[in-house]
Amino acid sequence: MSDPDPTPTEPTPVPDPEAYELTINGRTRSVPSAWLGESLLYVLRERLGLPGAKNACEQGECGSCSLFLDGVLVNSCCVLAADATDARIDTVEGLADGDQLTDVQQAFLDAGAVQCGFCIPGLITTVHDLLDRTPTPDQLEVREAISGNLCRCTGYGRILQAVEDVRARREAAG
Amino acid sequence: MPIARPTDLDGALASLSEVPSAHLLAGGTDAMVEITFDQRRPEHIIALRRLPELRGHRVDDDELTFGAMLTYTQMERDLATVAPGLAMAARTVGSPQIRNAGTVGGNLGTASPAGDTLPWLLALDAQVELRSVRGPRQLPLADFITGPKQTARQPDELITAVRVPRVEGPQHVAKLGPRNAMVISVAMAAVIVDTTNRRVRTALGSVGPRPIRASDAEQQVSDAIDWDELTCPDEAIARFADACRDASQPISDHRSTADYRRHAVGVLAARSLRRCLAT
Repeated sequence: MSDPDPTPTEPTPVPDPEAYELTINGRTRSVPSAWLGESLLYVLRERLGLPGAKNACEQGECGSCSLFLDGVLVNSCCVLAADATDARIDTVEGLADGDQLTDVQQAFLDAGAVQCGFCIPGLITTVHDLLDRTPTPDQLEVREAISGNLCRCTGYGRILQAVEDVRARREAAG
Repeated sequence: MPIARPTDLDGALASLSEVPSAHLLAGGTDAMVEITFDQRRPEHIIALRRLPELRGHRVDDDELTFGAMLTYTQMERDLATVAPGLAMAARTVGSPQIRNAGTVGGNLGTASPAGDTLPWLLALDAQVELRSVRGPRQLPLADFITGPKQTARQPDELITAVRVPRVEGPQHVAKLGPRNAMVISVAMAAVIVDTTNRRVRTALGSVGPRPIRASDAEQQVSDAIDWDELTCPDEAIARFADACRDASQPISDHRSTADYRRHAVGVLAARSLRRCLAT
């Protein structure tokens, strides 16, 4: 009489030839059975439950889905998710340290730069990118940097103020 | 829809030889929109992001070589001195996010009548480098683009680079659209005052089925310029604008009318020439 195996057997994995992995905010995430034509924006939101990148235009016009691919700011709607398998993907969700907002996020709140909020994740990543590359931008540089981020509420005045506040605070902090 | 992710040029050419119908994915700024909106359903994709041979640019004594995967941001940032007109053209593309992704090879391969780098490249008699497992070949840009979004690329060929001669002298590129950012051009002009060969080079965008070389305009104004002082009489600049306008073959569509494009391209050409000349 043989002992029954005490450990329950794992179900045999079904081969999934179209599965792939993405590295998002330092974590490896598996994307199962996705159609390989899906954009990174779609995969983040609909398959991985990361809704930070917003879906507004899906054609590279509005900047709401901006994130970092290998440290480079791009529109995730224009990235083929299945081609980002070996890239480092950093989304707006990865910026804050727990409840500790970044200086850019806090400045947007303090300046009242957030109205409906839909464009804000894209603007936050974009402003981080700007100030990392150009710590002391002039007004034209700021305007050019956010020229691909559409906001239909604020008129941009308080967004520009928030960027200026971060610039000044970082400069004062050395 | 399988995707191939080759890591070098030979691997990409082998994949393309096996599946010549594959869609070649560069920066994704055109292809992904078409796929998402169901205007394109590629049966196979070959992603070019990992190919080291297609990156960067090279500056030689007599020519410039731009790898097909050179992005607009790299053109804007790295080529402002050696190719100022191309850097200007790149800066007019989309937004920073689009410029970080889109490539010169993609601009050539898409061959839109409104491709922003194309007038400058055409004005400099650019040569497009193509490669397949059968070997390399090169084509003048004027022969490479055969119509709106149509090229002479064979299905198994990959655009690897584009080359232009190095010329001295001022350059300017002007693009017209409803705003400064995020627009597809209504009209575009590239002017190169080539002091090496003492000739003006001009090509026009968005005013015909493909970028247009304004040869007659070039000839007339090259004869009128004082090449030692880099000056040109006002009436010769006006004739240059007229000749560029006459060279255009615009259509009316949802972005503009043929009449406005014809007028605008003359204004842009004259303005670009003035900015190149001593005033």
